[in-house]
Amino acid sequence: MSDPVNQSFVEKLQSRRRLIEVATVIVIMVIAVIILPATLSAFRLNLLGRWLSLAIVAVAIDLIWGFTGMLSLGHGVYFALGGYALGMHLSLMAPRGRTPAGVPLPDFMAFGGLLKLPAWWEPFHSPWFAMAAVLLVPGIVSLVLGYFIFRNRIKGVYFAIITQATSLVLGVLLVGYLQYTAGTNGLTNFETFFGASVNTPEFRRTIYIITCFILLGCYIFARWLTSGKFGRMMVAIRDDEFRARYAGYHVDFYKLVVYVISAIMAGIGGALFVPQVLIIDPTRAGIVQSIEFVIMVAIGGRGTIVGAVVGAILFNAIRTYLSESYPDFWLFAQGLLLLLVVMFLPMGLIGVIKEGSKRFKIGSNVIFP
Amino acid sequence: MLDAMLISPPAVAIFEQLFARRGFLLITQTFNAISNSSIFLLVGLGLAITFGLMGVINMAHGEFIMLGCYTTFVFQSMVFGRLFCGSGCGERAAGEISNFQRAYFEEIPLGHGITFCLTILAAFFVSGLIGLILERLVVKRLYGRPLDTLMATWGVSLILQQAVRVMFGAQNVDVIAPQFLRSQLRIPGTLVVLPFTRLFILFIAIGVLVGLYLFLSRSKFGLRIRAVTQNREMASCVGIPTEQVDALTFAIGSGLAGVCGALITLIGSVGPSTGQNLIVDSFMVVVIGGVGKLIGTLAGASMMGFLNTFSETFLGGSLGRALTFVIVILILQFKPGGFFPQKGRNVE
Repeated sequence: MSDPVNQSFVEKLQSRRRLIEVATVIVIMVIAVIILPATLSAFRLNLLGRWLSLAIVAVAIDLIWGFTGMLSLGHGVYFALGGYALGMHLSLMAPRGRTPAGVPLPDFMAFGGLLKLPAWWEPFHSPWFAMAAVLLVPGIVSLVLGYFIFRNRIKGVYFAIITQATSLVLGVLLVGYLQYTAGTNGLTNFETFFGASVNTPEFRRTIYIITCFILLGCYIFARWLTSGKFGRMMVAIRDDEFRARYAGYHVDFYKLVVYVISAIMAGIGGALFVPQVLIIDPTRAGIVQSIEFVIMVAIGGRGTIVGAVVGAILFNAIRTYLSESYPDFWLFAQGLLLLLVVMFLPMGLIGVIKEGSKRFKIGSNVIFP
Repeated sequence: MLDAMLISPPAVAIFEQLFARRGFLLITQTFNAISNSSIFLLVGLGLAITFGLMGVINMAHGEFIMLGCYTTFVFQSMVFGRLFCGSGCGERAAGEISNFQRAYFEEIPLGHGITFCLTILAAFFVSGLIGLILERLVVKRLYGRPLDTLMATWGVSLILQQAVRVMFGAQNVDVIAPQFLRSQLRIPGTLVVLPFTRLFILFIAIGVLVGLYLFLSRSKFGLRIRAVTQNREMASCVGIPTEQVDALTFAIGSGLAGVCGALITLIGSVGPSTGQNLIVDSFMVVVIGGVGKLIGTLAGASMMGFLNTFSETFLGGSLGRALTFVIVILILQFKPGGFFPQKGRNVE
């Protein structure tokens, strides 16, 4: 590195790499936004859209776990909060029930014996408020929860256990207050969003393309966040939290910021997921769903943003394939996959590819010294 | 009291009834809380060993509990039920019997009770054996990487759950409680009724706690376990086979989960996801109690038992559970290491 010639070579290499990355992303976006909608069937496109919205959550998990080393087993909470915020608006747009007085009301509220809409549901008539809530509710919940958790220096395994408990609690609350949240059935029977019917292929294609662009935005944001000083700090906290603390950095603050960012991103993922599957129920907040997000990142490769995206798509592709053809086998496969990745490929698929390319480069160095 | 009766008998009657009901509620709820604590204690004791002593995050712990449930079910209905009633039972021929467990229970209640107690031991060995295999194959390779252990054991838990689901079906199964546990203890003079099943669980939980304490503090093997967990290198230097100790410790912790599973079949029906529903609670017990000490697990279990019971009585099921969680977080604000934290000189 001391040799200026060498350094400029490294810089050149880096800028070339950046160029390659930008070019690859553009090519993938062109394929995803222009070619795939024209070639895939509406069903497959919708399926891909769901995977991409889950990939947004995977990026969120990668930021907090892959880069900062905090294993959150409770991101289902933020996913569900984002999803429910949008789902509440969608179910207000299609009230199927009637109060005894004849006022239209979502059917579960009418069954639950409510006479009028609860006051905190009222603002969700506005789609803009709902979309703001998608960002704000996960943000505020994670800010409060994170403040208490990090102030207390709960970390490592304890952090995982506490976050897991949050997902249990939200699930219990959603099921328990069924007259407000529709209980285990979840919010469903959606009809319109911004006046457009949600069941048409055009709507689904639009949502798919929006999901593509938001995923791109999250990717760029995460790349930007992790490549600068902030990203160095995240990695420092992951690798040796005490050292970072003793070096004078406000570790708790950095952790809180990452946690909140990651929660908001998970909320966005949830909000994009709902109009594509047209249902949101308490299992989305649950422990199983929360750990699935982590498994996606583990398979793709923690600590690289592209790994999270690849992992989410791969995981869900395998799930869809196996659930369609061998439904009993899916949980076995998921368990085995997780076990194998953790034990033998700790850096996931991207880790394998990197290892391979490194070996290849050593070869090329020998040829071109 | 006599005066009051003379003045207005109906008012006193109402008062007495009210008092009786209030007192009844309080005593019943206290008993429920103690009973729930004993279940939490059983759930937590296995984890107190694998997580508390060894520091292994075993997400499959709940599945070991579930395996304990199914061991009892299999032994009672398929092994002993078939053995005693497989070729006809009493007046019925084999073809007429659809539920061997029930036939066995009806025809030979004493044998049914005895074999139930034996299945508790069987559950210990089945879960313990699978725990031993898990330690040898997976956990051993991941010591020092707690978060990876967590994920790998989650994978194992998915596999175990699905295996049980494929073998026994997704619906819940019932284990018939033995005859001698089917009555209740009525406290004289009050309306309070204590079911024997709950008392039995309480009794066993205390027995396991005391036994475990004696085992860890008095027996040679218990001392080895503590030596290895306190200072691995030193223990190895004085000739303790640390790897074997690890494996057996893990097996004992898993076996205790099996005992817990065999006992919770007395409370209700069990299914493949029974264990998953218990895992968060069991970790909570160990975390608020403090790792590394059995007294901490007892404190954590009582805390969870009383908190859950009373908050659910006053606030209803779902809000009560949320409140329990909030209180646990608040406790951790003041006692980050739980009630009985490990003392040490490390910066953490």
